[in-house]
Amino acid sequence: MKRACLFSLLLIPVLAFAAAPLPPDSILQSSGQYTRQDGRNFHLADRRGSVQVVGMFYSSCPYMCPLLIDTGLGVDHALAPGELARLQVMLVSIDPARDTPAALAALAKKRHLDGSRWTLARTDEDSVRKLAALLGVRYRRLANGDFNHTSRLLLLDAEGRIVAQTEKMGAAPDPAFLAAVHKALAQPGR
Amino acid sequence: MRRFAPALLLLLAVVARADGGYVRIPAGEYKSVIRYEDGNGKRQVPAFAMMKRPVTNGEFLAFVRRHPEWRRDRVPSIFAERGHYLAHWSAPLQPGATALPQQAVTEVSWFAATAFCEAQNARLPTWAEWEYTSAADATRRDARADPQWREAILGWYARPANAPMSPVGKSPANVYGVQDLHGLIWEWTQDYAAMLVSGDNRTQSDPDLAKFCGAGALSMDDRENYAVLMRVAMLSSLEAVNSTSSLGFRCARDLP
Repeated sequence: MKRACLFSLLLIPVLAFAAAPLPPDSILQSSGQYTRQDGRNFHLADRRGSVQVVGMFYSSCPYMCPLLIDTGLGVDHALAPGELARLQVMLVSIDPARDTPAALAALAKKRHLDGSRWTLARTDEDSVRKLAALLGVRYRRLANGDFNHTSRLLLLDAEGRIVAQTEKMGAAPDPAFLAAVHKALAQPGR
Repeated sequence: MRRFAPALLLLLAVVARADGGYVRIPAGEYKSVIRYEDGNGKRQVPAFAMMKRPVTNGEFLAFVRRHPEWRRDRVPSIFAERGHYLAHWSAPLQPGATALPQQAVTEVSWFAATAFCEAQNARLPTWAEWEYTSAADATRRDARADPQWREAILGWYARPANAPMSPVGKSPANVYGVQDLHGLIWEWTQDYAAMLVSGDNRTQSDPDLAKFCGAGALSMDDRENYAVLMRVAMLSSLEAVNSTSSLGFRCARDLP
């Protein structure tokens, strides 16, 4: 009984947090079940509470997607350790047919991505299309299974609102985007 | 048992009506006005089902009543633009005189159109499905080479945009039994954003200028098919959150 009481006490802040609706301009309102490289399922709303960099890619992509990861790592390298711990990165695949959790895990390993901060994710095709529409990413599957797509990284605040974006890819981060990351991480967390 | 028969019939009638009147579109091959780098111009369309007519204000009102999160005063701003989405309705649950029940619904975002179709276990048609179906006239599956077909469609553009819109279902059905593909409204497609996406890695230096060049070019073979080319250009210029006074939609379904 005592343990149950303690447990319900623990639940109170969680419930209070979950009860507040997301702001109307939060990307995290987009529905759909996502799966991480480690096989864990989540919804975008579960990612509330952390500043995050998000983008879309596919793991067999020859040119642009490696550069997208380079760009994310470039942001990482430009941050102070205290900042780094508070920044999440999420890349969602536009190729759910081929990007199984195992394929995503292999890529994360190959690129030495820190699984506590980097999420490579897949979801169903409808949810991919909706997320791409929200992020302003355009893509089209080619006959050979590759994709044409626009590349951008977006910065979301802890509530999932877009606060910055860049289409400048490369290991040396876009200065304006990096400045926005510093600024977002300087806001008091909730 | 006999007692239930009328109720059953009524139920069937309701189901048929709620179904929105889909017709089967047989599989086929056609040539798109968009020429992609990865194809020979011919595109295969598997058989599917498409709504006979565009979705009306009356139907969209029923959807909004059942799904109040899509009311214009409640919709999250990431899914539809406040002040544009259903802005011509008198009130959130009252289309009123400027949006009659039998007129096609317009001022709907891609997200809202997608949600409407999902609520009836359907989806938006792809561009290929839409273009393939819209190539037909009353007797032919592909009438596009006929100058009269082109003239008839272009006639629509000559009409003033502020004239009241006809109710849906007044135009002659095409060979599949589908109406109003031309002459009434523009229509969202599922892949509206994908039509003219350029190749990987080519545009990063100048995204605004070069975003839509390259991979999906408009085919010059079809330069006289202005009506369809205009649709491609218009759809490609939109974001999913946008809505306009002449943009509506209809739904499609995979066949079992």
